Amino acid sequence: MQAMVYRGPYKVRVEEKDIPPIEHPNDAIVRVKLAAICGSDLHLYHGMMPDTRVGMTFGHEFIGVVEQIGPSVQELKVGDRVMVPFNIFCGTCWYCARGLYSNCHNVNPNATAVGGIYGYSHTCGGYDGGQSQYVRVPFADVGPSVIPAWMDDEDAVLLTDALPTGYFGAQLGDIVEGDVVVVFGAGPVGLFAAKSAWLMGAGRVIVIDHLQYRLEKARTFAHAETYNFTEYDDIVVHMKKITDHLGADVAIDAVGAEADGNFVQHVSSSQLKLQGGSPVALNWAIDSVRKGATISVMGAYGPLFSAVKFGDAMNKGLTLRMNQCPVKRQWPRLFEHIRNGYLKPSDIVTHRIPLEHITEGYHIFSAKLDECIKPLVVPSAA
Amino acid sequence: MTYIQERPPTYTQEKPPLAESVDQLRARIPGWGVDLDPKDRPSVPKLRRIEGLTHAHWDFPQRQPEKWPRERSVEHKFLTPVFGTACPPRGVSGAMRRYAYKYSEGRAAHWVILLAADRVDAWENHLRSLATTHPDNPVTETGVLSEFGHRGISSRLGKKRADLPHHVLDPVIVAGPWILAARVAYVGVRAAWKRRH
Repeated sequence: MQAMVYRGPYKVRVEEKDIPPIEHPNDAIVRVKLAAICGSDLHLYHGMMPDTRVGMTFGHEFIGVVEQIGPSVQELKVGDRVMVPFNIFCGTCWYCARGLYSNCHNVNPNATAVGGIYGYSHTCGGYDGGQSQYVRVPFADVGPSVIPAWMDDEDAVLLTDALPTGYFGAQLGDIVEGDVVVVFGAGPVGLFAAKSAWLMGAGRVIVIDHLQYRLEKARTFAHAETYNFTEYDDIVVHMKKITDHLGADVAIDAVGAEADGNFVQHVSSSQLKLQGGSPVALNWAIDSVRKGATISVMGAYGPLFSAVKFGDAMNKGLTLRMNQCPVKRQWPRLFEHIRNGYLKPSDIVTHRIPLEHITEGYHIFSAKLDECIKPLVVPSAA
Repeated sequence: MTYIQERPPTYTQEKPPLAESVDQLRARIPGWGVDLDPKDRPSVPKLRRIEGLTHAHWDFPQRQPEKWPRERSVEHKFLTPVFGTACPPRGVSGAMRRYAYKYSEGRAAHWVILLAADRVDAWENHLRSLATTHPDNPVTETGVLSEFGHRGISSRLGKKRADLPHHVLDPVIVAGPWILAARVAYVGVRAAWKRRH
């Protein structure tokens, strides 16, 4: 089969690999119809996540058709069109029993600090991902769901990570009616978080980024008020000015490890790997909100330490909430929102790239060429 | 003494007023407030047993066969019942990775050694690829040629992008080690040549 393969920092290519076998009785093998490149894949692509091995296939956002099932699979059958959450989870451990599917204890031998994620380094369990023609899906009775007949493929693939993560990020903000919510980052997760903040009753939603085309999308897609931080001497002061010097009630970090806005922070993390991530957006969030506010962190950071301003967070009495999104937990409510027309996830898709050209796709997305917001990957078997 | 008469809301108990009323927001934003009640939010409360969403039919999952000694965090009691099987450790980078797993996730050594192993792994694979019919090609594998067909210049020029200053470092990261290796090889070959002649 054809699969994207990591060859070292900033280098990927398409190779022929063996179709993955059934390794466990509850495995399924899924033929991938559609995948996506996530902003967090770029952290792997840039060599930031420890234990990212040459030869690994990335891709934790994908949908497909069940090709083969293990002997204990009861809920899926060959030929089912399925969506697969980016979390791999067992369904019965202490965490899964309490809805924390992203923190499953039974799927990642390499680390206890993170659950299992498809195609996201050995630190997340060493599973190959879905930027390929076929992928192994463990715990087929637990994670995947058959895609409802009314849902199209592009909406379904965005329900495997980006939309649930943005929606989850807004929930962690504990938004109450009339709250001022500021979202750092106008990428897919930031756009969905901004959109979701309105569903939870926000009175004002502000989005901050440095890419004009993404801010334009935040205005049209997420109905948000937007600011380009490069146009202000100090975006924190500007945030105070536009909130009557109180600060926002809720901030959502939808940027993560490769935040721009401070050259030293960016280079020390993204290029030199001296930090787990560049906490520029997170520090801006800490300083931009009012005292007693809540910050929701959806951006992904590496496991090494990062220079976060915890002193300010403590002195301001902030609540910091964060986690990888337990995707499947969000699905029933998000299905309702899509059916009711409140959300149309595929509106953010900008590029559809054949798997054979995924090398270019990574560069376009990484360098932010061509007004790229969300690139999808289409395997030739689809 | 002069007293300031204004009472800005932030410095009194009132919250600054919003520009739009609830009715205006509801009219402008599709679905505004449909999840206003926390009961409608799927991740509230954080810890919650959810019936019928997954269909696990085990208390503890059956164990996946371990086909090679699988590296694992020392913070785990045992190898998890299910695990990924991509890219078993091998070579120098594999030895480094196995060594890194002697340290807990709480130790910086664990992560720093893994990051170093990643760089060694890349070099091992680059060198191995030179002995195959499909050697690594830093031009095609970086996708840099897409700069020409996908508005590489116009996507950057005049856009006030904050990431431009470090874009120039990306080629250094990709090409730098190759140039350095070529230089080391050249110096080595020249020194050997001089010793013989």
